[in-house]
Amino acid sequence: MRFAELRNTERELRAFQVRLGAAGLAVLVAFALLLARFVWLQVLQHDAYSAKAEENRIAIVPLPPNRGLILDRNGEVLASNYLAYTLEIFPARVRDLEGTIAELAAFVDIQPRDRARFRKLLQETKNAESLPIRTRLSDEEVARIAANRWRFTGVDIKARLFRRYPYGEVASHVIGYIGRITTSDLEQLEEMEVAANYRGTDYIGKAGIEASYQQELHGVTGFERVEIDAAGRAADRGIQTLQPPTPAQPGNNVALTLDIRLQEVAERAFGKWRGALVAIEPATGGVLAFVSKPGYDPNLFVDGIDPQSWEELMSSPDRPLNNRAIAGLYPPGSTFKPYMALAALELGKRTPRTTISDPGYFVFGDRRFRDSKRGGHGTVDMYKSIVLSSDVYYYMLANDMGIDAIAGFMKRFGFGARTGIDLEGEAEGVLPSPEWKLARFSRPEQQRWYAGETISIGIGQGYNAYTPLQLAQALATLANNGAMFRPRLVSHVDNPRTGARGYFEPQLVRQVQLRPEHVAFVKQAMAGVNTEGTAARSFAGAQYTSGGKTGTAQVVGLKQGEKYEEDKVDERLRDHSLYIAFAPLEGPKIALAVLVENGGFGARTAAPIARTVLDYFLLGKLPTAPRRPVPEAVVQSDAESD
Amino acid sequence: MEIAGYPLRRLRARVLEGIDPTLFALALALSLVGLGVLYSASYENASRVASQLANLAVALAAMWAVAQVPPQTLARFALPAYCAGIALLAAVALGGEVVNGARRWLNLGVMRFQPSEMMKIAMPMMLAWYFHRREGAIRLRDFAVAGVLLALPVALIARQPDLGTALLVAAAGFYVIFLAGVSWRLLAGLAVLALASLFPLWGLLHDYQRRRILTLLDPSQDPLGAGYHTIQSTIAVGSGGIAGKGWLNGSQTHLEFIPERHTDFIFAVFSEEFGLVGNVLLLALYALLIARGLAIAAQAATLFGRLLAGSVTLVFFTYAFVNMGMVAGILPVVGVPLPFISYGGTALATLYVGIGLLMSIQRHRKLIQT
Repeated sequence: MRFAELRNTERELRAFQVRLGAAGLAVLVAFALLLARFVWLQVLQHDAYSAKAEENRIAIVPLPPNRGLILDRNGEVLASNYLAYTLEIFPARVRDLEGTIAELAAFVDIQPRDRARFRKLLQETKNAESLPIRTRLSDEEVARIAANRWRFTGVDIKARLFRRYPYGEVASHVIGYIGRITTSDLEQLEEMEVAANYRGTDYIGKAGIEASYQQELHGVTGFERVEIDAAGRAADRGIQTLQPPTPAQPGNNVALTLDIRLQEVAERAFGKWRGALVAIEPATGGVLAFVSKPGYDPNLFVDGIDPQSWEELMSSPDRPLNNRAIAGLYPPGSTFKPYMALAALELGKRTPRTTISDPGYFVFGDRRFRDSKRGGHGTVDMYKSIVLSSDVYYYMLANDMGIDAIAGFMKRFGFGARTGIDLEGEAEGVLPSPEWKLARFSRPEQQRWYAGETISIGIGQGYNAYTPLQLAQALATLANNGAMFRPRLVSHVDNPRTGARGYFEPQLVRQVQLRPEHVAFVKQAMAGVNTEGTAARSFAGAQYTSGGKTGTAQVVGLKQGEKYEEDKVDERLRDHSLYIAFAPLEGPKIALAVLVENGGFGARTAAPIARTVLDYFLLGKLPTAPRRPVPEAVVQSDAESD
Repeated sequence: MEIAGYPLRRLRARVLEGIDPTLFALALALSLVGLGVLYSASYENASRVASQLANLAVALAAMWAVAQVPPQTLARFALPAYCAGIALLAAVALGGEVVNGARRWLNLGVMRFQPSEMMKIAMPMMLAWYFHRREGAIRLRDFAVAGVLLALPVALIARQPDLGTALLVAAAGFYVIFLAGVSWRLLAGLAVLALASLFPLWGLLHDYQRRRILTLLDPSQDPLGAGYHTIQSTIAVGSGGIAGKGWLNGSQTHLEFIPERHTDFIFAVFSEEFGLVGNVLLLALYALLIARGLAIAAQAATLFGRLLAGSVTLVFFTYAFVNMGMVAGILPVVGVPLPFISYGGTALATLYVGIGLLMSIQRHRKLIQT
């Protein structure tokens, strides 16, 4: 037994040594395997992993460009940038937002509107970025927060460029405003494949030139390589030196054709009235003044509008955010008549000498179309029909021409078509025609064009609906003897770095073929309006020649035989006052359309505004006192009708 | 020169008695490398290095003490240490402290104690002692008993759950059984059985353990979650290249991309900063240490010594292989430190106790032969 055990022990020892050898071999194999892996990672795949380590280490931080300025035609700055400190919260890094804001309120003044605006921004922006709780901190506030920064996480003071609109409400509908980039803006940028250029940019043009020239104004985003740690924070000390940053290229400065002084004169001339004015340089299509009243203060939007101000703007019955000059649709009223006259001449339906008898009404079928002057104008030729604004003359003319001829002619002057101005949100308007009616309505009896409907089209009523811009463009075309230019607000853009300037050449839309003597006749008649006709009182003593036409657009239709009595009608249901004018008569430098909502007779409110604007534009004459509307009694006796 | 009546030379001789210089030099070299890497991993903050230095002092004292004890005396501690370990593991399972979702710690009032750590030593001692008693008459039945003795603590530790320690304890026990001569056929059969039981075992695993295994197969599946560790450590190793980025210059390390860079993932720090050259040198140090341990095992006087020395040495190997394999992305992420280098007092003490055991076995190799 003892021997057997010894023999076993011997065997066990040998077995152990074999096992130990096997284990040693296994160790060698395992280490060889590790070595192979190290060679694979550190030699063969080294470049790939180096690149990944660099990717980890380096964050590309965008350097957003400075937004370009907006200038008027004389270089006056309409939108600029300034540096200000903001107090910002990084919502993703703050556990208790309300608590943090409450604590911050101990160091800086945080108004309820600041909180409301912050909440609104928080809802609108989904990705975690820093949002301002207070903007435009005073130096003292900056110092106070800086001293207590250790108390807060996810709170930072940042120096940011803000937009300033030094003219406030003036030209607000032209300049527009910028606002924070929302999720839907971002989607749009992605669709346009320019989203990368907006990394680091918080603001984007929302309205006006700020929106339509966004790409020009924005510039090119630069970038910088920054070493970061795993949490994405900038590393305290560099491990390796980094490439120099690629600087941002600032946005282009955009120079308008607009004259801000003229704009101010025009806006002041409106006083409390709501309405619109568009003044165009006929030879180029450049817009000289562009008014939509009331306006708004675009500075409100710059750092995120607070909900209360937004609510006020949205709920105001005056609709200050509505750009009446391009989106408001109004019947042209009697300002349509010069084009009707021109159409009659061109189509051979009338000669200047053809006369009609105006008894104060026109009968069509069993309907009676009234003239605005009781008893009518008696014997009326074409000149008189424009100067005194006879309705009956144009009732008859419209009936003789027919709707197709009217629509065909007016279309050439751009009525009922977008002008293509460099602003967003332009309305199309309505140039009435049988085709339009067919497309517009669904029921067969509504789709039919009735001959009776043509009658009121002749005096610019009925379905007629155009933007003030269209009225101005049509007049500019007439003043320019048929050469129609696309209206535009921007004359050129400047690269602030290189000084390179890019002009936008005038764009001829079409040349309306007209007989010169016909155009000359209509212009002469429009000159008569200002010297001896409905606008004579407004243009008394003018030191330049001009042509014009007054107009009144009904807001509510009158029943058969009903008389319009201004005093008895609610203010917002009163007629709109219109006036179109160009000056001087030879080689016109300016053509404008004025609309005053609920302003009554065109001669009373719209024409004096136009006079003020023309006086300033042509003579540099500032109105000495706010120009009052011409007293009603004078208009009635002087012009009698319109 | 004398200290407390002892001549200095005799004192030095007494202190160095039983210390195997080769083993000591190799282990200390690894520890010094560890302190250097730790300095970089803690962003040149010396306090953690100082703390590890203190741990090292304690570990060296433990090594020295164990080295002074002859293997026969050690063998007498095998059964009580094992039984105490089982009792403590049971106590942990019933009332241990939960840290990070795992019940591993026993609160002893003054300090928290991890009984599973002690099992790393008690386990091979127990089995070596068992086979030693059966020397010359080892049968299949003995392997079955050894299997049960091994399975019990491993199951308790795996349940905590602490997969890394369970793996090391299981390895320690398995190496004893393997070296004791369990038949190849039985091993092959067990391997087949183990593979077959993988599917039902899968159901017993914790979610995070399953995720670790799945993300090992494809770390990019979960780049910010479970796969993050492996992806970042692989990047650190790969970007280190041949020469490395230089000490204190690892960007993955210093920009906090490597998680647990002081402990389980410290090899990523080393590998990033010292590159392939450093890795080869480190592998060589481990290989030499293991070779020395296996040599001691081969020369050991008793079966107890042979089995214990062999098992302890192969556990060192297991530590190193599993940890490096995990950092290099070829093994799943389990909590196994890099031996002698990772930060942590308990693990370091356990390792140096293992070194002490080897020294004791080496010192008494000729006792019975003469």
